[in-house]
Amino acid sequence: MLPATTNVTATETVFVGHEKDIMLLVTLIRQHASLVGLTSLDQTKLITATSELTRNMLNYADKGQVIIDQLTRGNQRGVQLTFADNGPGIADIDQAMEDGYSSGLGLGLGLPGAKRLMDEFHIASVVGQGTTVTIAKWTDE
Amino acid sequence: MTSSTVELLRQKKKQILTGWMNGQLADSQLRDDLMANEDLHAQSEKLLDTLFTVLTDDSLDHPDSASLNPLVDMLSGISKSRARQGFTPRETANYIFSLKDTLLETVQFALKDNPERLVGESLKIGKFIDSLGIITFETFIQGREEIIVRQTDEMINVSTPVVQIWEGILAVPLIGTLDSSRALLVMESLLQEIVNTGSSIAILDISGVPMVDTMVAQNLIKTVSATRLMGAECIISGIRPEIAQTIVHLGIDLSTIVTKASLASALKHSFRLLRLDVKKVPTSSSDGLAYD
Repeated sequence: MLPATTNVTATETVFVGHEKDIMLLVTLIRQHASLVGLTSLDQTKLITATSELTRNMLNYADKGQVIIDQLTRGNQRGVQLTFADNGPGIADIDQAMEDGYSSGLGLGLGLPGAKRLMDEFHIASVVGQGTTVTIAKWTDE
Repeated sequence: MTSSTVELLRQKKKQILTGWMNGQLADSQLRDDLMANEDLHAQSEKLLDTLFTVLTDDSLDHPDSASLNPLVDMLSGISKSRARQGFTPRETANYIFSLKDTLLETVQFALKDNPERLVGESLKIGKFIDSLGIITFETFIQGREEIIVRQTDEMINVSTPVVQIWEGILAVPLIGTLDSSRALLVMESLLQEIVNTGSSIAILDISGVPMVDTMVAQNLIKTVSATRLMGAECIISGIRPEIAQTIVHLGIDLSTIVTKASLASALKHSFRLLRLDVKKVPTSSSDGLAYD
């Protein structure tokens, strides 16, 4: 059997420029997550990762964009989030993904923690140009 | 040979005001319920005064030039106050767009022998008023946003009460996202209330907090540490199963903090710490209740 292809069924883009925007973003993502049928636990994981990554974005790049995609893949449905900023970028991604490493004042668990909460996690960064983090959470097959 | 357009308009100021007012008053959408006609007249006259004080032929071409700041400020003020008074965005924008008609009529009349110049000047005036319209729109939204921010702040303040649930026991039922400004507020009022009531136990109930990320956890840890410095014990209650799992996945260590699943079990724990005993009183034969 062919591997099922991933389709995007709905997209929404949100601009984030202030800590207060996180509350609104989280509410919106919870709506998307419950629409595709993610469990309460997975919804909580998704919004926690969202909050983690958005805070990173605000801390290091001041502002950025979050793209919310509803996905289907065979019988599965999911939510994919893309966090894109034009901030300073991350020089050493491996180091940033280590538990306990922080270049700021945080606990240093944000990026690795968010990865552990998600089914899919992808990070790309160019120093001086910005960082893009893509995460996804899927329903059970 | 030709006098400047702005000069030409300036001379006709009275006429423009009358025309503008008549246009506004004839509009079926006039909100005389929100603003008295005399006030509208005074506001329109003041706006025209400011307009003709700062407007030059050069700034007519460049609506973003700094010399127009007094006009922009005044327009912003009008737009913001209209947002608060309950005008719709359409009504607010129409206020300034209706001025365009009168201005255009005036130049049309003055330049009727010079159609070529009339077209150019009409376009300029049109563009200029459009940019003023955009300003009213921007500041109208700003005015609304200020209302929203104020309401949010009010909501934050009402949603962080510190209540005494027993002698020596305080409870803080937290509802909503715990961002840094709110965490600070909670900490302040909790510490103050510990002093006021001489309480030795504080229970932070997070049943209503949608998620605990590393920052929220950090804020909770800080609040617990500060409470301990005051000589009181702090218990975190209301940790839902999905929150517990998320905290573990994130890798946050809360093992040094006393945590409970519910406010009830936190209260029970507090009673034990205070050596209090809650007992069911055996039914007495006379009145159903017996007191010591």
